[in-house]
Amino acid sequence: MASEIAEHIVKSFEQELKRLRDMLVEMGGLLEVQLATAGAAVNQGDMAAATAAMEQDPGIDGLEREVEQFVIRLLALRQPMAGDLRQIVAALKIASDLERIGDYAANVAKRSIVLAQFNLNFKLGGLSQMTRLVQENLKMTIDAIGENDADRAIQVWRADQVVDDIYTATFRELITYMMEDPRSITPCTHLLFIAKNLERIGDHTTNIAETVHYAATGEVLPEGRPKGQSSAYTVIRPREI
Amino acid sequence: MSQTQTTSAQPEAAKPAAAPADRLTIRNLDFYYGTNKALKGINLALPERRVTGMIGPSGCGKSTLLRCLNRMYDLYPGQRAEGEVLLDGENILDKSVDLNLLRSRIGMVFQKPTPFPMSIYDNIAFGVKLHEKLPRGEMDARVEWSLSRAALWGEVRDRLHSPASGLSGGQQQRLCIARTIAVRPEVILLDEPTSALDPISTLKIEELIDELKRDFTIAIVTHNMQQAARCADQVAFFYLGELIEAGPAGQIFTAPKQKRTQEYITGRFG
Repeated sequence: MASEIAEHIVKSFEQELKRLRDMLVEMGGLLEVQLATAGAAVNQGDMAAATAAMEQDPGIDGLEREVEQFVIRLLALRQPMAGDLRQIVAALKIASDLERIGDYAANVAKRSIVLAQFNLNFKLGGLSQMTRLVQENLKMTIDAIGENDADRAIQVWRADQVVDDIYTATFRELITYMMEDPRSITPCTHLLFIAKNLERIGDHTTNIAETVHYAATGEVLPEGRPKGQSSAYTVIRPREI
Repeated sequence: MSQTQTTSAQPEAAKPAAAPADRLTIRNLDFYYGTNKALKGINLALPERRVTGMIGPSGCGKSTLLRCLNRMYDLYPGQRAEGEVLLDGENILDKSVDLNLLRSRIGMVFQKPTPFPMSIYDNIAFGVKLHEKLPRGEMDARVEWSLSRAALWGEVRDRLHSPASGLSGGQQQRLCIARTIAVRPEVILLDEPTSALDPISTLKIEELIDELKRDFTIAIVTHNMQQAARCADQVAFFYLGELIEAGPAGQIFTAPKQKRTQEYITGRFG
């Protein structure tokens, strides 16, 4: 839809809008790498990857600040309207969501280092699946940002439900392990945080998808995103002995 | 002879939410300059005590529409309007309408300040005298009221009998607004009222518009998009004699429905 819109009369403004999108896509590219590296750290116990993922964080933070400054400048100097205004304000929100995603990915990597010191007698299949899905959704979102593509944004928005479902299942699984063997509480707690971090990455990705959709169409997506069951919030008690 | 309109600054009890009634309703309006059709089937309502901003590129018909609303075009042969413009249910395009009366009910302010070559006081009193015979004291009060409502009283109270030409451009424009409201109209039409003014004078006029809409229904034609965004409650976008889109300013400037509107207000007009 927005792609059919004509070019701006002032060419430098058109270039600035493009630069803003490019900055977000660059941020997104760094994040894709960071998330893949953090995923390798957790799922394959690759410690070099863990360090690399953590070291990427400052670069992403720096880009967020750059986007922030650029947006303020554009608002002051260009006084944008309508679609332009939505794009520019959206960039500010997207950069902030991307930065949070970077923090969660770094935290996943950090915990994987602790986790590597434990010998686990179970295999957590959900985690690698979650990592893969979250990566896919993030990639699709970054593409949606680059192309200002509302349809793709809706696709991501819907896809997050699977991530939530796996998180819930993982949560229950980990609680079971902890109840069975208290020695597993430390690694399981870290795994729980890792799963939670991935789930949060999914939520921020969804936020970005909503923002992209609004920027492209001017329409706000409905409140009620498809949500899974809430068993992660039900109380599970150990058997009475 | 005062109109049905309540006149003074008596605050109408704050009544938010409820949508205001329409003061002026334009229906299927066509306008011709000779054989050239300048307005095509315009339908638009000006809600009471709200500011309607009219935007669009030069020659799109917005000023022509304004000129229809108080029959300014009647002064020129070969120009004619078809359709309806309803004020209190009466079609003001009807030949039987008393134009002097109409123009006291629907006042107009132009792009360049047009003070009469007389004193500040007489600039205001002149129009009033055409419609009302007021004793001296009441005329003084009316002049003070008009100048106060136009946010000019404080600046001119000590030199009411000096020539109006001695005022600055911004002051002259506020004088013209004072002159317009002195006859207590119901609707005020502003045709690019700040395009000849500096930024500070412009802001003063905009603040004034905000004040005046408590008592008057206002239509403003402006080339300045930011001005329409700042002043108007409702915005109408015109292109090639057609009304492309009208809606609340918040909607038009953040998420216009029509592609043409979007392209125009973001500066992409091809």
